[in-house]
Amino acid sequence: MSPEPLWEVFIRSRRGLSHVHVGSLHAADAEMALRNARDLYTRRREGVSIWVVPAAAIEASSPDEKDSFFDPAVDKVYRHPTFYDVPEGVEHL
Amino acid sequence: MREFVTSAVTVVTVYGNDFTTPEQQPSEPQRIGQQPTGPAPGGDEPAAFRALLAGDDRVEPRDEMPEGYRRTLVRQIAQHAHSEIMGMQPEGNWISRAPSLRRKAILMAKVQDEAGHGLYLYAAAETLGVDRADLLDQLHSGRQKYSSIFNYPTLTWADVGAIGWLVDGAAIVNQVPLCRCSYGPYARAMVRVCKEESFHQRQGFEILHTLSHGSDAQKSMAQDAVNRYWWPSLMMFGPPDDDSPNSAQSMAWGIKRFSNDDLRQRFIDMTVPQAEALGLSLPDDAIAWNEERGHYDFTPVDFTELFEVIRGNGPCNEQRLSHRVRAHEDGAWVREAAAAYAAKHAAPAKESVA
Repeated sequence: MSPEPLWEVFIRSRRGLSHVHVGSLHAADAEMALRNARDLYTRRREGVSIWVVPAAAIEASSPDEKDSFFDPAVDKVYRHPTFYDVPEGVEHL
Repeated sequence: MREFVTSAVTVVTVYGNDFTTPEQQPSEPQRIGQQPTGPAPGGDEPAAFRALLAGDDRVEPRDEMPEGYRRTLVRQIAQHAHSEIMGMQPEGNWISRAPSLRRKAILMAKVQDEAGHGLYLYAAAETLGVDRADLLDQLHSGRQKYSSIFNYPTLTWADVGAIGWLVDGAAIVNQVPLCRCSYGPYARAMVRVCKEESFHQRQGFEILHTLSHGSDAQKSMAQDAVNRYWWPSLMMFGPPDDDSPNSAQSMAWGIKRFSNDDLRQRFIDMTVPQAEALGLSLPDDAIAWNEERGHYDFTPVDFTELFEVIRGNGPCNEQRLSHRVRAHEDGAWVREAAAAYAAKHAAPAKESVA
């Protein structure tokens, strides 16, 4: 086992609205992970904000349950705006 | 689950390619991918996996995959990562002797990129359930290989240019198709790597262009470097297609997209006009445009030398590996110090966050 735990790195780019996962790295602690992520993933001004998260802290959904887990309930079509009838001629709705 | 590749087979990666020396090839019953029809071992592949490949979708870390696919990828990605790390040495050899501050700063940035490429790739390999520390142990003990090209010495400053232009150029031709590799984390790592390799190739070209338009001594230095690196660069694409046992399976699995010979031809077609622009010749009299094929003809590569290098008998194998092992061993106390410091500060850090 590596003495340095694995960290997942998320970066918000200059014009980005949210942090995006860019990769992972090993580091002894969070501060080293941040510094290494800065050197590794933002050498060419790719980002303005970095999050590092211990990989062990992440729980992922299982691909085996992909269908049942993500299937939207078909009886809830009213969740979509297209479900609703709008009378002829009504605008900005 | 059936295993398609024996772990006893030692292979070398050529920057994300994967091949063996003749005597290291698996015996006939284990020879993979020789079947004329697609992925023959398909019967053992999970249906979901086959569906992903058929739809040209990406396989992700938690998806079910054949053990052979996983092991092939671990080996290929790890050896690709090792190549990036070992590739820092031949060029690092010239950092302190670069001829100008500009060249020196560029070379340092390039070697830093190579370290980054190694890290992206180790991270991609780890999504397949292996540990970086174990992969490094395998490199250090010679159980995993790195690209044969880095066992050649850098004798002059022009070699730094030749490596950038030819070696990184060959790497790009190999790696661009890997951006569409069936394994998602590898493909994504390659997108980042390829962007940066373009910088490397261009800076190498610029070094050679400057030298070839300089004094006679500079021009002959550039020509000498190209003469020495040309054939080893062509060897980076691996043996001819009819002698490349891993290729067919890798292509069926969507790991590899083009054959060794196709990529080699593509590289030559791309490089010959660049050599003309440099005013340097390539050390092969047979190079000539073939109107009929629409490609450049060239002398077939003699792979005897490549196989010798893979066996460990290249000019710098011993030096490169012992340097890496020494750096690892000498750095042990630093890694221990960092771990002790992290452990000591772990508890207070949690409190301060709350």
